[in-house]
Amino acid sequence: MAIKNNYIRIEYLVFLCAVSAFGFVTENTYYLQIMTFIGINTLLGLGLNMLMGYTGQVSLGHAAFYGIGAYTTAILSGTYGINPWLSLVCAVAAAVFIAFIVGLPTLRLSGYYLAMGTLGFGMIVNIVIREWAAVTGGASGFVGIPVLEAGPLIFMSGANYYFLVWGIVFAAMIVCRRLLASRTGRALRAIHDGEKTAVAIGINTHLLKLEIFIFAAALGAVAGFLYAHFVLFISPESFGFMFSIKIVTMVVIGGMASVWGALLGATVLTLLPEVLHGFAEYEMIIFGTVLMVVMIFMPQGLTRGIMDMIRTAGRART
Amino acid sequence: MQEIVQYLFSGITTGAVYAVIAVGLSMLYSSTELINFAHGEFVMIGALVMVTLWVRIGLPLPLAMAGAVGAGCVSGLVFERFAIRTARNPEPITLIIITVGAGIFLKGAAMIIWGKDPFSMPAFSSHESIEIFGAALLPQSIWIVSAALVLAGGIHLFLKQTLTGKAMVACAVNKKAAWLSGIPSEKMGILAFGISTGCGAVAGIFIAPITMSAYDMGTILGLKGFCAAMIGGLGSLWGAFAGGLLLGILESLGAGLISSGLKDAIAFVLLLLILYIRPGGLFAAKEAKRF
Amino acid sequence: MTQSEPTPGIPAKQILDVQNLTKMFGGVKAQDQISFSIEKGIVCGLIGPNGAGKTTLFNMITGIYQPDAGKVAFNGKDIRKTPAHRLVKAGIARTFQHVELFSSMTLLENILVGMHVRTQAGFWAAVTRIPAMKREERQSRRRAEELLEFTGLCADAHKMAGDLPAGRQKTAQIARALASEPLLLLLDEPAAGLNPVETHALGKLIQKIKQSGITMMLVEHDMSLVMEMSDKVVVLDQGKKLAEGTPRQIQRNEAVMSAYLGNG
Repeated sequence: MAIKNNYIRIEYLVFLCAVSAFGFVTENTYYLQIMTFIGINTLLGLGLNMLMGYTGQVSLGHAAFYGIGAYTTAILSGTYGINPWLSLVCAVAAAVFIAFIVGLPTLRLSGYYLAMGTLGFGMIVNIVIREWAAVTGGASGFVGIPVLEAGPLIFMSGANYYFLVWGIVFAAMIVCRRLLASRTGRALRAIHDGEKTAVAIGINTHLLKLEIFIFAAALGAVAGFLYAHFVLFISPESFGFMFSIKIVTMVVIGGMASVWGALLGATVLTLLPEVLHGFAEYEMIIFGTVLMVVMIFMPQGLTRGIMDMIRTAGRART
Repeated sequence: MQEIVQYLFSGITTGAVYAVIAVGLSMLYSSTELINFAHGEFVMIGALVMVTLWVRIGLPLPLAMAGAVGAGCVSGLVFERFAIRTARNPEPITLIIITVGAGIFLKGAAMIIWGKDPFSMPAFSSHESIEIFGAALLPQSIWIVSAALVLAGGIHLFLKQTLTGKAMVACAVNKKAAWLSGIPSEKMGILAFGISTGCGAVAGIFIAPITMSAYDMGTILGLKGFCAAMIGGLGSLWGAFAGGLLLGILESLGAGLISSGLKDAIAFVLLLLILYIRPGGLFAAKEAKRF
Repeated sequence: MTQSEPTPGIPAKQILDVQNLTKMFGGVKAQDQISFSIEKGIVCGLIGPNGAGKTTLFNMITGIYQPDAGKVAFNGKDIRKTPAHRLVKAGIARTFQHVELFSSMTLLENILVGMHVRTQAGFWAAVTRIPAMKREERQSRRRAEELLEFTGLCADAHKMAGDLPAGRQKTAQIARALASEPLLLLLDEPAAGLNPVETHALGKLIQKIKQSGITMMLVEHDMSLVMEMSDKVVVLDQGKKLAEGTPRQIQRNEAVMSAYLGNG
């Protein structure tokens, strides 16, 4: 066991070094920008991975919490001039509160009902953002989000924001990993494998699902906060149904396997549009195909599916 | 008064469309226990094929309609064959993501085929509107509501009177027992899929003259159909029908009396309320299973 | 367990007391006025033909179903309205007729999950890794290993639970139930699907569990196992209690005989 733990620490160390090295070496603002988006998407993927990958609860409305985070900080810091760091606390608090209120009845549902419920919730949040024009700027978007500052540091240049985002991503990964290796993490996986059995061995599944839903929502709100203060202009399209599906695709690609899966999924989905020219045209077809093919042939997700294939191939040879 | 009646008329008309969508969803659920998250996309296919065949190519109305329904059925069957039946792990979470993926795929394909601009379509009949209580009732509305009733009635008769229909119901009640008594449950599933997506396409034909049709119309319509089916209790044919009408009327009243921007939110708020309070539907006595 | 009150008049030596328990499924009485009680430390066999209502009874004792009428008292406390997960904490554990291990977790992890109700570490403890949490984790692992040794499953600790042979999965289920440190253990057909050697080993295990002071209820079709293990047998037939007594009394009971021979 001890060896395994060290091994994992080395993984994280290598990752930390690679990310920092990239930040120090790269001068190209475009690359830094892309990497920053990967970081923000990783946060979203990490949250949903905990809920969907490990606990087996589908959410088709995760973008709602991303939107709640982004709009809360935009309104508080942009319209009311509150310090953005304070508005981060408010954004997370808002997401946690809404997740609690919504999750309490929604997470009593399962399977199709849960998927429909979260989808409906996501739609409602998007409609509210769109229609509440006096506060949110409506369909035309919200302008005037202040830049983040901390003492002498201004988080505007590519590298500064890059380090801020990846610092938070790294912390979030550690938190997720620790959670998964704990009593709580085991109980979450037990819910995934068999909810009825989990109840029968004494797990309060409803409470635990609610906890992890709130945790995912909080991570989503942090991602929304980082997104809003990075792009400085937000509009409802960024937080709609299609984006919720994009986060689901990240988790499906990343494999509902490990903390690294979320990173992989976010990387693939952020890079794909950049690499493939004229991708926007085919974006939906590609996402749709990926979702279908992976789920048809590797229901545990792409990474885990490939790992399993290698394992069985290895076993067949020996 | 006049206003209210007017809202009622338009509510019943869109409600009939929701009803047909809901009947399709409900019928598929009752024979395969699957909820098709891509269902709305078949409505979109029906509407866009209808517009293309009737307005663009100029086929006669009945032929265009048959073509649109055929397109819905065929694409549904292809989807069933390649995405649903090949799934290795047919559990809800897998099937949800597969059908969601199929929905996005169909939407993306439609965007490439038909472009992003919405299409309008003239009414099927150009007769003048009838005035009742000072409100205008379009012949179009009568058309749609009666066709929806005929469709639902037809499915009802099919399930209750024909041998195939009864076999399908048997599959829904107990798949294993049905299989043991020699009913090919797989074939029944395929048939149910075809009818379900065909219903979707019919709804698309109905809705094309009422609103603009575009590649992205499906998701919301599918959800509203699901909402209607939930109101009526999943799996109940006439429950779904009534749910559709109720949703249409509530939406129309809400849009007229409160705010048109929040029209779509009404369906979702209703959906959440139903899920929380009466997952078995408004008309059902027993609770739906939650595990 | 805010609802639970001590029920007067029940001697403390009875761990489970069931009175006039009735459960309806759509107008059909699945359980009709069942009454019996179990003394601490014994093994109580529960037998009856298929459809007699044995699993339904288990489901009511473990809080999965709520009875329509009657009482269930555990250690003198009414548990009718206690949610299933709290009953495990109160000391009732069970296994399932069809093995329901968490198949994507290792056997050791399955046992650790079984300890859920006896451990505390929550969200913040896990994230901050406070010393108390680490200590608890170490203790849990040690105890899990002890349990694996007790049930003879040590060699499989790090194998995926879903990959184990059927017989071992059945034993593993018992080990996981024991991990919750139960006072009362309900075993639902533990010998179904086992070969004679495995059944013999199961009998040994049941005796070991009994020696450690845990009361057991045993639903089983293997009559020789039930008769050998049980101190007391309750017979159900078509939702009604047909007989109750020592294995010898039950073997001589005419009503039981005719129910099993199909005359009743």
